[in-house]
Amino acid sequence: MTETGTYLYAIAKGPGEGSAEGLTEGLTGVAGEPVRTVTHEGLVGVVGTVPLAEFGEETLRRNLEDLGWLEAAARAHHRVVDAVARRATTAPVRLVTVYRGDAQVHDLLERGGAAFAETLDMVTGRQEWGVKVYADPQAAAAPARSRPATTAAGGRSGAAYLERRRTGLRTREEAWRRAAAHAEHVDRTLSALAVARRMHRPQDPQLSGRSEWMVLNAAYLVDEERGGEFAAAAGALTAPRIEVELTGPWAPYSFTAVESGGPDAEGPW
Amino acid sequence: MMPGRPPQQGSIVSSYGGGRADRQPANLGDILERVLDKGIVIAGDIRVNLLDIELLTIKLRLLIVSVETAKELGIDWWEHDPWLSGRQRELEEENRRLRTRLEALEEGEPSRRELRAPRQEPEGEQEGEPAPGRRADRRDRD
Repeated sequence: MTETGTYLYAIAKGPGEGSAEGLTEGLTGVAGEPVRTVTHEGLVGVVGTVPLAEFGEETLRRNLEDLGWLEAAARAHHRVVDAVARRATTAPVRLVTVYRGDAQVHDLLERGGAAFAETLDMVTGRQEWGVKVYADPQAAAAPARSRPATTAAGGRSGAAYLERRRTGLRTREEAWRRAAAHAEHVDRTLSALAVARRMHRPQDPQLSGRSEWMVLNAAYLVDEERGGEFAAAAGALTAPRIEVELTGPWAPYSFTAVESGGPDAEGPW
Repeated sequence: MMPGRPPQQGSIVSSYGGGRADRQPANLGDILERVLDKGIVIAGDIRVNLLDIELLTIKLRLLIVSVETAKELGIDWWEHDPWLSGRQRELEEENRRLRTRLEALEEGEPSRRELRAPRQEPEGEQEGEPAPGRRADRRDRD
């Protein structure tokens, strides 16, 4: 016999009438399991049954350290959230939220109902768009070449070297300032079309897979009917040596941060 | 709710035609920053997860704004460039202060255990910096 837990992917608004099963039809989850629903009043918990051998405390701790495992889990989690969000108003739940059973999820929906409903209302009829702005660092002068360090000596570095270095930094700083100013312009323009905006941290090239400067990484919550307008506006903001990258529409990950139940939080659950 | 785009990776043909923006499929970084750091955060029954994820999120943040990025953005100037921050001068200044104090102490009282001259000062290292590790080493060897 295998011990199992209930993995919670998202909380969605239930369909007005009839069964919520259509929401998860045909979906498979992080453990390859069929995704199903737990409902309470107007709320739907999107869940799957997962083996605790993989999602129990001990193994999970190890698995999360394994980037391969993490990537597969993150993508599977996202696939479920994404698919459900196309079918109903959805608030994603953070990766690897696991309960002992369906009863606990039901309990959660019952006790957290008001907060969840409020969150879902906020994102109803809206989509998240991701916007990143990249600036080509080649536009800046090549940075001054660093000499072998003579740090202990401090002030002994030659004046010429310092001048060179300062000029290089000024040029680079200037390029950075230009790019940052354009990013601000992009953000202002797009914020005007959005209901809300969240800033994300710029991504490391290891994550973004790109070597350019990432000068903006933001998410915008946009009314569905303005999606086309928003995408067109983002496209029009591309400038010489500055690229505007649009991702989405996403499930409203960045706008459903109900911070309840952190280690120190005193939530109802 | 989200018409027009199939959910699969790599199929980012949007129903919205207008934009010239380069619309990319969801990359791992985008997904991780959302599934780990965003959305509803609830303590599941597998309690230990939450702590682990906090750690993981912190690691991810470090990865997102890593030293390399900082360098690429030029925000490590303070580290290397004495002109831009005066940090080097601060160190030299501190060095001088400590050396002065060391001399004063050597003249006055013999106890100088508290002193810790900055590492870069070669002379300071010989006597003035009884780093705990080194003291321990010595004891071991004795």
